[in-house]
Amino acid sequence: MAWDSRNETIHSMTRRTAMLLPALALGSHALAQGTGPSDKPQRGGTLSYAVTAEPPTYDLHQTATFAVMHRLSPHYSTLLAYEPGKYPNIIGDLAQSWTISPDLLTYTFKLHPNIKFHDGTALTAEDVRVSYERLRNPPKGVSSFRQPSFTQIKSIETPDALTIVFKMVKVDASIMDTFASPWNSIFSAEKLKADPSYPVKTVMGSGPFKFVEHVAGSHWVGERFNDYFKAGKPYLDGFRAITMTPSAMVNAMAGKQIMAEFRGFTPNERDRIVKALGPDAQTHESPWMLHMLMNFNCEKKPFDDPRVRRAISLALDRWGGSANLSKVSQLGAVGGLVRPGSKWAATEAEMVQWPGYGRDMAANRAEAKRLLKEAGYENLSFTLINRNQQPYITTGVFIIDQLRQIGVKVEDKQVEIAAWYSAQTSGNFEALLDSFTQFSDDPTNVLVKYISTDRAPDVAIQRAIDRELDSLFDRQAEMVDPAERKKLVRQFENRLLDQAYAIPILWWQRIVVMESRVQGWTMSPTHMIYQDLADIWLK
Amino acid sequence: MIRYALNRIALMIPTLLGIALITFVMIRIVPGDVVELKMRSDGGRVTQQQINDERTRLGLDKPLPEQFYLWMKGLVTFDFGHSMWTGRPVAQEIGGRIGLSIQVAIMAALVAVLIAVPLGTIAALFRDTPIDYLIRIITIAGLAVPSFWLGMIIILVLLTFFKWSPPVIYVSILEDPVKNLSQLIWPSLAVGYRYAAVVARMIRSSIIEVMQEDYIRTARAKGVGEFMVVFKHAMRNALLPAITIIGLEFAFLIGGLVVTEQVFNLNGIGRLFVDAVIRNDFILIQTIVFLLAIIFVSVNLIVDLIYGFLDPRTRM
Repeated sequence: MAWDSRNETIHSMTRRTAMLLPALALGSHALAQGTGPSDKPQRGGTLSYAVTAEPPTYDLHQTATFAVMHRLSPHYSTLLAYEPGKYPNIIGDLAQSWTISPDLLTYTFKLHPNIKFHDGTALTAEDVRVSYERLRNPPKGVSSFRQPSFTQIKSIETPDALTIVFKMVKVDASIMDTFASPWNSIFSAEKLKADPSYPVKTVMGSGPFKFVEHVAGSHWVGERFNDYFKAGKPYLDGFRAITMTPSAMVNAMAGKQIMAEFRGFTPNERDRIVKALGPDAQTHESPWMLHMLMNFNCEKKPFDDPRVRRAISLALDRWGGSANLSKVSQLGAVGGLVRPGSKWAATEAEMVQWPGYGRDMAANRAEAKRLLKEAGYENLSFTLINRNQQPYITTGVFIIDQLRQIGVKVEDKQVEIAAWYSAQTSGNFEALLDSFTQFSDDPTNVLVKYISTDRAPDVAIQRAIDRELDSLFDRQAEMVDPAERKKLVRQFENRLLDQAYAIPILWWQRIVVMESRVQGWTMSPTHMIYQDLADIWLK
Repeated sequence: MIRYALNRIALMIPTLLGIALITFVMIRIVPGDVVELKMRSDGGRVTQQQINDERTRLGLDKPLPEQFYLWMKGLVTFDFGHSMWTGRPVAQEIGGRIGLSIQVAIMAALVAVLIAVPLGTIAALFRDTPIDYLIRIITIAGLAVPSFWLGMIIILVLLTFFKWSPPVIYVSILEDPVKNLSQLIWPSLAVGYRYAAVVARMIRSSIIEVMQEDYIRTARAKGVGEFMVVFKHAMRNALLPAITIIGLEFAFLIGGLVVTEQVFNLNGIGRLFVDAVIRNDFILIQTIVFLLAIIFVSVNLIVDLIYGFLDPRTRM
């Protein structure tokens, strides 16, 4: 079958928050209304935006942090991409078109002709092949950060300069998301041959902007690539990504020293900026592809007992927490293991059947107390390893309060992030507050967090073995029928939340604020996509 | 004087070695690993083997005495190593930020001296009068108010009343003096106020003490005018303790503006140090601490030499 774009339900994730803001309800401010039908993109201008962390590398293959994505994405292209404004539709980026064999084991891509790298050399299928080989079989000295995503690719062939063929070992329902991943940037084969690690220190891609300079700790500058293969784009002359502390960022936005920040603000920060900028502000909100969860160490008492884990989950008033914590933190919607609002998500009717998701908290707490008594842990106390930053601190306080109501005492031990990772890796924890994010809602990317620890020791840190979960995970990974796959995802969630090796608490809410003159940017449920800035223009 | 200076310089060596050793050991006691943070944060999916390979590449698998020896050897040859987080040379990481930190320290010191000397002197000369009380309130407020809080207030005032906030990118004063000063004057004022309060109180008490000395009474008895008594005879001695405070505060400011740099988004040594600590970037942490120790000890030496010059009794 031939594809020009992916035929899936469109979920528009962007919504103006104007209705939610008290200032607007009082009619004291009017937020900009974004791009109207008569607005045509204008060329020119430099976009300045904040990024709250320094990049540890320039190599998108060897990192998972937004600090790299938000600076490097404008310099690179990927084979496919998510369609702006229509997430999760997938469209071609370097690929002009593609075909998929009926058995779903061969993917053939035709590249756009005349694609150039920033050094003027042509980008061909060989560059795509070599980049993907680097991702799935990294050479010595290179660490591919998402290597498990490529395990089902058997071979990559290039019959001609514009054609690339991926042959699969077996069906992989998430492979199109892998091709659209913003991390899988295409590097120059010639340069990789000379130095497989060149992208670590050299920025040279085929994206809409050329690299100009990086002043460590200060700023990063890109300028328009005039030979970009998408005619007429980009609109901006360039961009400037400024390294900023979160505390300084809000003031800088209010003072118009920067125009945007693309990761996310808290509700309080949003309101401060909107109040300062008035009609010159625009805000976008979406449930974030990022959730807070509590991992139990299932090898240690008392959390080797499923009754204790389930009791903890039962005691958390997620609905009440969502209503209240969303006013003061980035925490938002109640959800299971997949993002609320995504096509894989459970309905509320399905969720309330899970332990800890029912709305009758008195009944939940009574059941939690009964389970603890039955397990012999009526006066349970434990230490929660937590991070010393928001919204983890707020979540820790929420957990203490909720568990106090069933007589459980929690010591919320807030540590630096390095110490937090140390506890996670060594298993030196009873319970650990965690969060998890991916670049797409695809269940394979998301559910891996909850499979048996021996299958994914890098992310599934709860130290539990459950082959039933593993089997459900494997079956959904190969299931291409969305309805059937969704059923398997539901079964996975039912099993996980019954056993409660790790329990979701709340999903985050992504709040992006920018100056109203920034146009063409697309909100999405993840801060990892739509960051190549090709469609952005300044009004 | 030369012998005195050489003695003081010789004393610096064991001090710096001790600091290096303590820093090296202490940062390794803290749990955590830069490699795990770099490779596993934000959902990075790497194997334990890849983690181990990276540790080997960074030399973290070597015995601690060997790591310390290699670091010391590097320091002697001015090879400070590479940041474990960014891979850039440590000299480059520090070199790109030290200029800003030194400039803020100098500007804050200037602010402090310009405020503290007249305020301290006036308070001493008008001791226990309403003028003295007012100055004491101002200086006590300076000690009580944290610099970062004052910085936040300054920014909020600028935003509220002038709809303006300071530039967020550092430009060298040689490149664009106006832009440079419009960014750095505010943190200098915020920090300089506290700095001035410390120095002003020291000057006040010193002048009060000196003004009761016999030689002041003698000068007055000989008919020397009050202006000359204060500014020629009293000030020279009263400023000695103030010089110590000014010097030590200056050294502290180069690396100590941790929170103020966060508030004003200054790309200085303090912020670099905090980031390095959060990431357990051992090489960067220990080199910054060592550099700041050198600055601190050197400033201390300079203060001692000035002391020795101004008051020969201290050379004894």
